[in-house]
Amino acid sequence: MEHFPILSAITFLPLLGVLIILSIKGEKEIVDRNAKNAALLTTVATFLFSMVLWFSFDQTTADFQFEENAQWLGGGINYKMGVDGISVLFVLLTTFIMPLCILCGWDTIKMRVKEYMIAFLLLETFMIGVFCSLDLVMFYVFFEAGLIPMFLIIGVWGGANRVYAAYKLFLYTLLGSVLMLVAMLYMYGEAGTTDIPTLMVYGFDPKAQIWLFLAFFASFAVKMPMWPVHTWLPDAHVQAPTAGSVILAGILLKMGGYGFLRFSLPMFPVASEQLAWLIYLLSCIAIVYTSLVALRQTDMKKLIAYSSVAHMGFVTIGIFAFNVQGIEGSIIVMLAHGFVASALFLCVGVVYDRLHTRDIDRYGGLVHNMPKYALVFMFFTMASVGLPGTANFVGEVLVLVGIFKVSTWTTFFALTGVILGAAYMLYLYRRVVFGELTKDDVKAMLDMDKREMLIFAPLVILTLWMGVYPSTFMDFIHVSVDNLVTHHDAAMATYHAAAETLTNAAGH
Amino acid sequence: MNDIFPNLAIAYGEIFLAVGAMVLLMIGVFKKNSINLVSWLSVAFIAVALFLTVVSASGAAYTFNDMFVADSFTNFMKILVLIAAALAVIMSREFFKLEGEDRFEFPVLMVLATVGMMVMVSANDLMTLYMGIELQSLALYVLAAFKRDSEKSTEAGLKYFVLGALSSGILLYGCSLVYGFIGTTNFNSIAMAIGNLGDSSAPIGAIIGLVFVLAGLAFKVSAVPFHMWTPDVYEGSQTPVTAFFSVAPKVAALALLSRTLYVPFGEMSASWGQVVIFMAIASMVLGSFAAIMQTNIKRLMAYSSIGHVGFALLGLVAGNAVGLRGVMIYMAIYLLTNVGMFVCIMSMRRKEEGMVEDINELSGLAQNHPAMALAISIFMFSLAGVPPLAGFFAKWYVIVPIVTEGYYTLATIAVLSSVVGAYYYIRIVKIMYFDAPAEEFVAQKSFPMKLIAIAAAFLVVVFVVPQVSNPVLNGAESAAHSLSQD
Repeated sequence: MEHFPILSAITFLPLLGVLIILSIKGEKEIVDRNAKNAALLTTVATFLFSMVLWFSFDQTTADFQFEENAQWLGGGINYKMGVDGISVLFVLLTTFIMPLCILCGWDTIKMRVKEYMIAFLLLETFMIGVFCSLDLVMFYVFFEAGLIPMFLIIGVWGGANRVYAAYKLFLYTLLGSVLMLVAMLYMYGEAGTTDIPTLMVYGFDPKAQIWLFLAFFASFAVKMPMWPVHTWLPDAHVQAPTAGSVILAGILLKMGGYGFLRFSLPMFPVASEQLAWLIYLLSCIAIVYTSLVALRQTDMKKLIAYSSVAHMGFVTIGIFAFNVQGIEGSIIVMLAHGFVASALFLCVGVVYDRLHTRDIDRYGGLVHNMPKYALVFMFFTMASVGLPGTANFVGEVLVLVGIFKVSTWTTFFALTGVILGAAYMLYLYRRVVFGELTKDDVKAMLDMDKREMLIFAPLVILTLWMGVYPSTFMDFIHVSVDNLVTHHDAAMATYHAAAETLTNAAGH
Repeated sequence: MNDIFPNLAIAYGEIFLAVGAMVLLMIGVFKKNSINLVSWLSVAFIAVALFLTVVSASGAAYTFNDMFVADSFTNFMKILVLIAAALAVIMSREFFKLEGEDRFEFPVLMVLATVGMMVMVSANDLMTLYMGIELQSLALYVLAAFKRDSEKSTEAGLKYFVLGALSSGILLYGCSLVYGFIGTTNFNSIAMAIGNLGDSSAPIGAIIGLVFVLAGLAFKVSAVPFHMWTPDVYEGSQTPVTAFFSVAPKVAALALLSRTLYVPFGEMSASWGQVVIFMAIASMVLGSFAAIMQTNIKRLMAYSSIGHVGFALLGLVAGNAVGLRGVMIYMAIYLLTNVGMFVCIMSMRRKEEGMVEDINELSGLAQNHPAMALAISIFMFSLAGVPPLAGFFAKWYVIVPIVTEGYYTLATIAVLSSVVGAYYYIRIVKIMYFDAPAEEFVAQKSFPMKLIAIAAAFLVVVFVVPQVSNPVLNGAESAAHSLSQD
C-alpha cells in the first residue's frame, strides 16, 4: 500500500475505543467515568483524524480518493474503501456528530454507561463504514450491522414504549434491506464483481433495472424514510434517548439519500428516470402530509420526527431532478438537516432532562427563565424553516431550482411544504418558549450550563457557515455531482438512441 | 487386488473409532466408577479419529467393492461431525456432573453414533447408506430416552424411535425400488446407468424410489414435511443430547443427501430439484413462523434448526459445486453457533430449580451475567443472519449460487423468511437486555464450557475478517469440487 490507510483508520478507530472500554474494570462510578472519557476521547480522536480528509481531499476530481484495496471474500468481492465528493462530507458529518452525542448523554445516562458507550462507538464504526465502502457486500455488511447497536440503544435506554419501537426499527429496516440483498446478488451474478465503481459504469439491462431499482428502493425508502414506510421513524425517535435521536436524524437517515446517489442513480439510470414520477409523488405526499401531521403533534420529538420526513422529501425530489442544482441541493439539505435536526433534538433533550416530559403543553414561557435556551432554540427553529443565511435555505433553494426545470407541479407542492414547515415550527416555538410562565416546575428550570452550550456552539457555527458561505462545502461536492449528472445524461442518451433504432427497425 | 483384500487405509478413522467404542464399553463394564475415564478417553478417541481423517489422502479413493468412498468432501464433513461429537461429549460430562445420572454408556453410545455418521458420510452404496443410518439412529434412539425416569425423555425416545423406524422403512422401500429398476445399488453404477439412458427419461420406478429415499433422508435432517419429531425430541432429551442432535446427525445426513443427489442421481436433477425446492421453502417458512410462539428455548432451537436446514437445502438446489460449497460452509457455521448456544442453554441453571428452559428465565440476563448475555446475543444475531456475524455469510454462500442459477423467487422467499426468523431471535435479545432482571443463575464454573462458548462467540464475530486464508472456505472449496463434476 502506497499511502497510510486513512479511511480504515477512521472507520475502525472507534473499535479500539470499544476494546479499551471493555477492559475497564472496578467500581461502578469509576468505570462509568472512565468509559465516558474513553468514548469521548475516541470520538474526538476519530474526528481529528477525519480532518485529514477535509484538508487533503482533492476537490478537482470526481475519482475516488484515499482508495484502499485488499482481498476479502475472493471471487470479485474485495475489501475496498474510498471516498468521492458525494461521500466525503457524510463521513465528516458522522465523525463530527459523534462527540456531541457522547457529550449529550454525559450526565443523563446513569444506567449501564459502559454498554451505552460501547453501543455508540460500534455504531460509529458501522456508519462510517457505510459511507466509505466501495464494495456492495461491504456496504451491505456495514449498512445492516448498524441495526444491532441501534436496536439496543433504543431498547435499553429508550422511553416507556421502547420495545415496540426497537422491534419496529429493526424489522422494518431488515425487511427493506434483504430485498436489496437479493438485487445485489443478481448484480454480482450478472457482472461477476461487487466493486461499486465498476458497477456504476456496467450498464444493466433496462428491463432488469426496474426490478433492481425497486429492490434498492425498498431498502433506501425505509431508511430515508419516505411516505408510506416512514411510520417507524416517529416511534423510534420518540422512544430513543436524545443521543439516539440525534444519530437517527443526523446520520442514519442520510444513508437512504446516500444510497440513492451512490447506487440507484448511477447504476440504474433508465429505471431512475422512468420511476421518477413515483418518487415525486411519494415525496410530495410526504412533504404535505407529514407537515400537516406535524402541526397536530403534542409531543415535541414526534413533531420534529415528522418534520424530518418532510425534509427528506426535499432530498428525494432533489436527487431525482437529475440535474446539478437538484442533486447538490439535496446533499446540502441532508447535511443541513444533519446539523439542524440534531440540534433540535438536542434542544428537546435539554428541557427533557429537566422536566422529563416531551409534552408541549407542559412547557410555556421558557423565554423568561431560560433566555439562552430560547435563543438557541429560536436559531434552530428558524434554520429548520429555512431562513436565508442558514444552511437549509441554501439547500432548499437549490432543490427547488433543480426541480423547477423538470416538473412545476412538484415544485408547487414542495413549496407548500415550506410554508407548512414554517407554520408547525413557529407554532411549536410559540407554545414552548413564549407565553406566560405559569407552571411552578417550569419556573424552577435552570438555563443551559456550559456543557450544553459547548454542544450547541459548533452546530450554530456550522449552520451559519453553510448558510452564509456554502462554497466551502459545495466545492467538495461539485465535481463529483457534475460527473454523476454527465454520466447519467450519457446513459440516457444511449438508451434513447438504442430505443429509437429499435423502433426504426420495427418501422421498416 | 481390492477384491481379495480391501484397502483399509481410507477407513482407518471409522475402524479405530469402532474398536475404540468396544474398548470403552469393556472399561466401563469391568472397572467401577470409570465414567470420567470413559468420557475423556472417548474424547481422545474422537480426536485420534479426527487426526486420522485429516491426514488421510485427499484424492478420491474407494474400497470395500466401491461401497465406501473417501475424498476431500467426506473428510470435510467428517471433521465437522467429529468436532461436534467431541464437543457434545465434553458438554455432557459437565452436565452430568451437576445433574447426577452419571452412566458410562452415554459416551460409548455417542461414539457409536459417531461411527455411524462417519459411515453415512462415506457411503457410496445404498447398502452402506442404510447401514450407517441405522447404526447412527439406534444409538441416538437410546440417547434420546437416556433419562429413564423422566416421562418427557422416554416420550422423546419412543417418538423418535417410532417415527425413525417408519422413515427407515420408507428409505428401504425406496432403495429396493431403485435397485429393482436400475439393477444396482452402487452409486457409481447407478450414475452410469442413468447416464447411459441418454435422452430417454429414467424409469418411473426409479424416480419413485428416489423420492422415497429423499423422504427418508429428509426425516434425518428434519426437513418439512418430515420434521414433526424434532421439537418434541429436542425438548424431551437432556440438553447435551439435544446439542448433539442439533448438529452432528444433521451434518452427516446432509452430507449423505448431497452425495445421493449429486453422484448417483446427478443426471436426474430435474426430478429431484422440485422436491428439494419444496422442502427448502417449507422448512424455511415453517421454521420461522412456528418458532415465534415458542416459550421453551429448546423447542425454539428445534424450529430454528428446521429453518436452517431449509437454508442449507437451498445450496443443493443450485446443483453445482458453488452450491455445495455453500452447504458445507453453512453447516460449519451452524455447528459453531449451535454448539455455543447450547453451552449457554446448559448454563441456565438455578440453585433450587436446577435447569430451566423457559425463555423468560433469561429476563434481564445482561445485568446479572453480562458475558453470557453478550455471547447469546452474538449467537442469536448470527442465527438471524445479521451481518457482520458468521450467520450472514452462511446465508450469503447458499443464496449466491441460487441467484446466479436464476431462482430469484426462491431467493426472495428465503430472505423474507429470514426476516420473520429474525423476530424470534431478537426477542431473546430483547428479553435479556430490555427486561427487568430475574433471579440469577448459578455462575458457570466449568472451564471447558466457558472456553467452548467464548471460542464459538469469538469465531462467529471474526468470521468477517479477510477470508482468503479461512480454512473453512478453502476446505469447502476443494471439497465441493471433489463431489460435483463441474
